[in-house]
Amino acid sequence: MSANLSATFYLLSGILFILALRGLSSPETSRQGNYMGIAGMIIAILVTFLSVGNFGTGFIYVLIFLIIGGSIGAFIAFRIPMTAMPELVAGFHSLVGLAAVFVAVSAFLKPEAFNLGIVGNIKLASLIEMSLGAAIGAITFSGSIIAFLKLRGIMSGAPITFKGQHLLNLILGISILVLIFYLCKIQSNNLFWTIVTISFLLGVLLIIPIGGADMPVVISMLNSYSGWAAAGIGFTLENTALIITGALVGSSGAILSYIMCKGMNRSFFNVILGGWGATEQNSLSKTKEQKPVKNGNADDAAFLMKNASSVIIVPGYGMAVAQAQHALREMVDALKKNGVKVSYAIHPVAGRMPGHMNVLLAEANVPYDEVFELEEINNDFANCDVAYVIGANDVTNPVAKSDPQSPIYGMPVLDVEKSKSVLFVKRSLSPGYAGIDNDLFYRDNTLMLFADAKKMTEEIVKNL
Amino acid sequence: MEIDPFIFRFSIFILSIFIGYYVVWSVTPSLHTPLMSVTNAISSVIIVGAIIAALAGSTEKIFEISNVFGFLAIILAAINIFGGFLVTQRMLQMYKKKKK
Repeated sequence: MSANLSATFYLLSGILFILALRGLSSPETSRQGNYMGIAGMIIAILVTFLSVGNFGTGFIYVLIFLIIGGSIGAFIAFRIPMTAMPELVAGFHSLVGLAAVFVAVSAFLKPEAFNLGIVGNIKLASLIEMSLGAAIGAITFSGSIIAFLKLRGIMSGAPITFKGQHLLNLILGISILVLIFYLCKIQSNNLFWTIVTISFLLGVLLIIPIGGADMPVVISMLNSYSGWAAAGIGFTLENTALIITGALVGSSGAILSYIMCKGMNRSFFNVILGGWGATEQNSLSKTKEQKPVKNGNADDAAFLMKNASSVIIVPGYGMAVAQAQHALREMVDALKKNGVKVSYAIHPVAGRMPGHMNVLLAEANVPYDEVFELEEINNDFANCDVAYVIGANDVTNPVAKSDPQSPIYGMPVLDVEKSKSVLFVKRSLSPGYAGIDNDLFYRDNTLMLFADAKKMTEEIVKNL
Repeated sequence: MEIDPFIFRFSIFILSIFIGYYVVWSVTPSLHTPLMSVTNAISSVIIVGAIIAALAGSTEKIFEISNVFGFLAIILAAINIFGGFLVTQRMLQMYKKKKK
């Protein structure tokens, strides 16, 4: 296949990828969009086979490896529980990163296969592109591994910080750039490996200081990095499909990070530099005097909700941990039978990744037109009889609106306290991730339900 | 004077960033998780590079070190392609409208 023809087909697959993302603007068009993405991928792979034109033994091996990887991927995709989606995505990012590193290494070792010159005399531009691709890929890989371990709970979600951390990261980052500069001059293998190694190290160091609840930002950021790494390799291979995709994914991840940061009213650097609420706020909340709270049980909750005319459900990460989404759906069904109007309110940073709560509710067969974003529903709390807060905490804290001293001041929060009564399912009075007390616990219209989110919801269903 | 082909690719890159910017802002927030998994799948189009790397060189020596890296990258990218698209499909199947 001629280079011009294959380039045209790569452009086509790039366009199909754009349409795949475009489809996600509404759930109705999204499935069709996904098929377009699959079509784009098939075209890209077939065109590559045809343009390489080598259908010998190597081709058979390529197919075998493709099938091995494909079966592993398909197996994971069908078996993974929806609650494990954040760590799955982190794991997938790490694979993209590592694949970028491998392709860059291969191109460096055998540049003639990619028309980039010969060993020891690789074109300058290609060398810069492939080493940047390899460095970003390596950072994506090791960073995503750390994110995966934290999300999976293998590694503690608590931030790991030490003195001079940011300075060290800065030095490592600069040294990568300096080494790339020297690599362009002397093209030594050792230098290339050193760049990759330092980048692996930097990826680990960048993610360890970031705490569990900041993971939505981290995952989006790594998503973005994996895109830039792919784009870097795309420039090396002079491949349009890869350049377009890399740019799409890179900007997608960047926008998601921005949305997540805005949802917490924090700057991107504030999140990346990490360690939020790990130090001073914790000690503050411990010294606070005990205030009275109203304690309720499933019976009270069922009574309140049954006699309400409208109920808003506020889910959070705790719902995912307790796997309470199915029980919640049953409860809502029972309420609807009683003529209660029920809707769901989702805060942008609820859960551990963008859109986490929406997927879990969809899994439990909650229709997506009953689920609302913060801006859409926040005014409705004032007219609602009962707010049922299940597994959320900081995102409902009214302190964010009233106390300029608070670390979460200015963060957009759900106006839960405006509803006639608030049912707050929580295991204890312990503060949330930000390490601050939630004012809501002590309000007159709040009834605390101390229990596991799933057990409590099931109890309520029995009492309805 | 001739324009370096790099400039053309760079133009594609920059314009794609803009397309990405507008397309992603129009994605509904409830589909942000499928957005992440599908971007994951499509960025695995890096498999194109992996295939070229795996098939490079003579047909007798198919497992030279640079080929091995290519084959490894094929496995990783294939996991992502199949895993990413299928899990996205699985998620999107779950989004349903209210029954009237």
